[in-house]
Amino acid sequence: MTVTGRGRAGTTLDLPVGSLPPQAQSLRDEVVAFLADELRIGGFTPRCDAWMSAADPAFTRRLAGRGWVGMTVPGLYGGHGRSPLERFVVAEELLAAGAPVAAHWIADRQMAPSILRLGTEEQKHRYLPAIARGECFFAIGMSEPDAGSDLAAVRTRAREVPGGWEVTGTKLWSTGAHLAHAIVLLARTDPAEGSRHAGLSQFVVDLPWPGVTVRPIRTVDGEHHFNEVVLDAAVLPSDALLGTRGAGWEQVTAELAHERSGPERLLSTMPLLVAWADALEKDGAGPAARREVGRLLARAWTVRQMSLAVATALADGRSPAVTAALVKDLGSRFEGDVVETVRRLRRAPVRRGAADGVERLLRDGLLHSPAFTLRGGANEILRSVVAGHLGVR
Amino acid sequence: MTDHLDDLRSAAEAMFAGREPHDAVPDPELDTLLWKSLDETGFSLLGVPEEAGGSGGTLADAAAVLEIAAAHLARVPLGETAVLAGWMLAGSGLAVPDGPLAAAAGDLALRRDGESWVAHGWLPDVPWARHCGHAVLLVPATEPRLVLLPLRGTPGVAVHPDTNVAGEPRDTVELTGLTLPAAAVRPAGPGIDQDAWEIRGALLRTVQLAGAAQHVLSATVRHTREREQFGRSLSRFQVVQHQLAVLAGEVSAMQVAARAAVLAYETARATAAVAVGAAKATASASAHTVAAIGHQLHGALGFSEEHRLGAATTRLWAWREEFGNEDVWHERLGAAVATAGPGGLWRLATGRAAEVGP
Repeated sequence: MTVTGRGRAGTTLDLPVGSLPPQAQSLRDEVVAFLADELRIGGFTPRCDAWMSAADPAFTRRLAGRGWVGMTVPGLYGGHGRSPLERFVVAEELLAAGAPVAAHWIADRQMAPSILRLGTEEQKHRYLPAIARGECFFAIGMSEPDAGSDLAAVRTRAREVPGGWEVTGTKLWSTGAHLAHAIVLLARTDPAEGSRHAGLSQFVVDLPWPGVTVRPIRTVDGEHHFNEVVLDAAVLPSDALLGTRGAGWEQVTAELAHERSGPERLLSTMPLLVAWADALEKDGAGPAARREVGRLLARAWTVRQMSLAVATALADGRSPAVTAALVKDLGSRFEGDVVETVRRLRRAPVRRGAADGVERLLRDGLLHSPAFTLRGGANEILRSVVAGHLGVR
Repeated sequence: MTDHLDDLRSAAEAMFAGREPHDAVPDPELDTLLWKSLDETGFSLLGVPEEAGGSGGTLADAAAVLEIAAAHLARVPLGETAVLAGWMLAGSGLAVPDGPLAAAAGDLALRRDGESWVAHGWLPDVPWARHCGHAVLLVPATEPRLVLLPLRGTPGVAVHPDTNVAGEPRDTVELTGLTLPAAAVRPAGPGIDQDAWEIRGALLRTVQLAGAAQHVLSATVRHTREREQFGRSLSRFQVVQHQLAVLAGEVSAMQVAARAAVLAYETARATAAVAVGAAKATASASAHTVAAIGHQLHGALGFSEEHRLGAATTRLWAWREEFGNEDVWHERLGAAVATAGPGGLWRLATGRAAEVGP
């Protein structure tokens, strides 16, 4: 992809259209049927932002039983050897339905691919089969009190000691660390020589672990999704290192194209939008509301096509970093647009204790909306990434 | 297939790049030199089957060339000829005449007179009519008809010049007792009706909007790098960088939407209306942001008629209205969700047909 002022005048973002493999349709049908069955037996209640906030280990194991967790992990490591685009289809159906996928989301989305790419044979055998069984959940330990958008400012230190590493520091905003079986850490192992991105490394720490304390952080919805993870001279075995010592920054950056462009970046409020559109028709929609439904459908269709184009490019071994960053910027703003549109046209107060229906989904969407444009890199950071690729930074 | 499209794009790039206008002065003239190249290379009838006298190839081929033509602000009715007129003629078993073609849909009073037909009517906003030897007219009805109208030197035809906001010809064709031979009036071929016309036209303008938007992005990136204020180039200011990123986001959305809609149109006719409608709605809505940021970052220079930027932004302002602006398509998409039944919005968003009950 040429993303500079050079090359063809007038054409700076060339991304081929994404397309799903032929077997995607029958796979989608299977997932849709499974979800309909689950809803019928009360297996889950649809939630907004379910990939971050609705953890249900039993649901995760039912999905794993269908082969829909760790889909892209090779059979050798207990996975299912499916393509990333097949995972895309399963993921988007689960998200649109608001299914409780938070327990395994991070393990499935980024740790399985990351361990597969960077891990030792031992690490692969240890974590990947458990992830695919829906029995190993991961949390991320990247941000810190003084390192938010500026991730290179991490202060957590890992000091080499006989037989392993001694780690001290504080990690913040670790989603689901209180439920996770392991956490991946970004820590400084070596001085920042030449570049402040140098000298960082990644570690995988099993939880619970001596010297590691997980404390809840409640968010404005009153719930406990985030945690503070304090490492106080925690001693890790030497094989806790993931990938290459000192290459932590490159490793984390490589994960981000996957993390930023996935369907969860635009579908966090899709359960609200679908429920609202359905309710409108039941109650007799007015023309203004209908037009807004049409507007949001147009936007959803477009941003999904961008996400699909990025997923297709990634599956072909290309790394469309700019469009990935653009998907997150446009997708996360769409998520907020859904909340604001439904709220405006619904013309009724949203109660904290809303028990069901559109109101409950709206409450969750509203109370989670600040996170949409922050997680996975604040949108301002993403715009700087885009500007960099446009050649103006 | 991608390699093939890349080759096509390179060839198109070579052809259109040198023909850009130098400024934003409205120019309703046909670029005859460019049309000659398009004619010689067969680009003028790309996507029209060879049996009908076209150049063969797919709609995606034609769209790839059209996106680049629009990015270079080409002054030729390439889309009208290849994507609209050529499609209707070939689909209805009529031979494609030489030269640029106009295309329109509208009501016409047609009366049989022995072996011939006599036509009366008033057709506004016919693109490029004054430069075309023929217009292909779709007369919508329960049994739609196709009329091949001669536009030059025929008694009973008058072309009244008018232009859209970009200064492109959008003429009114007036028919006062025009006599047409029997062969010039045919039943429209299968799948050629008012609905199909609107969808195909919307697809064409979506592709062109994406092209013109790319022009604005490239020009704006270039300008902010070159223009210095407060002792440094504009592109060194973070607020400018972020505006450029927002601009790139809208342009990328328009491009992906246009290309995905073309693919959907070619491979999944049943759901093409939603894909094209969503893409046209996106392109029309994003056109404002693209033009606004482009002009804002160009400052007063871009507002001057001497600067080329206005040629791109006025096209964005013109094309977003043609074949349904965003409000029209939002309404149609909203109606599609209503008929699709529970969960219909998500099914439509993922390219599945509306599962409408009996």
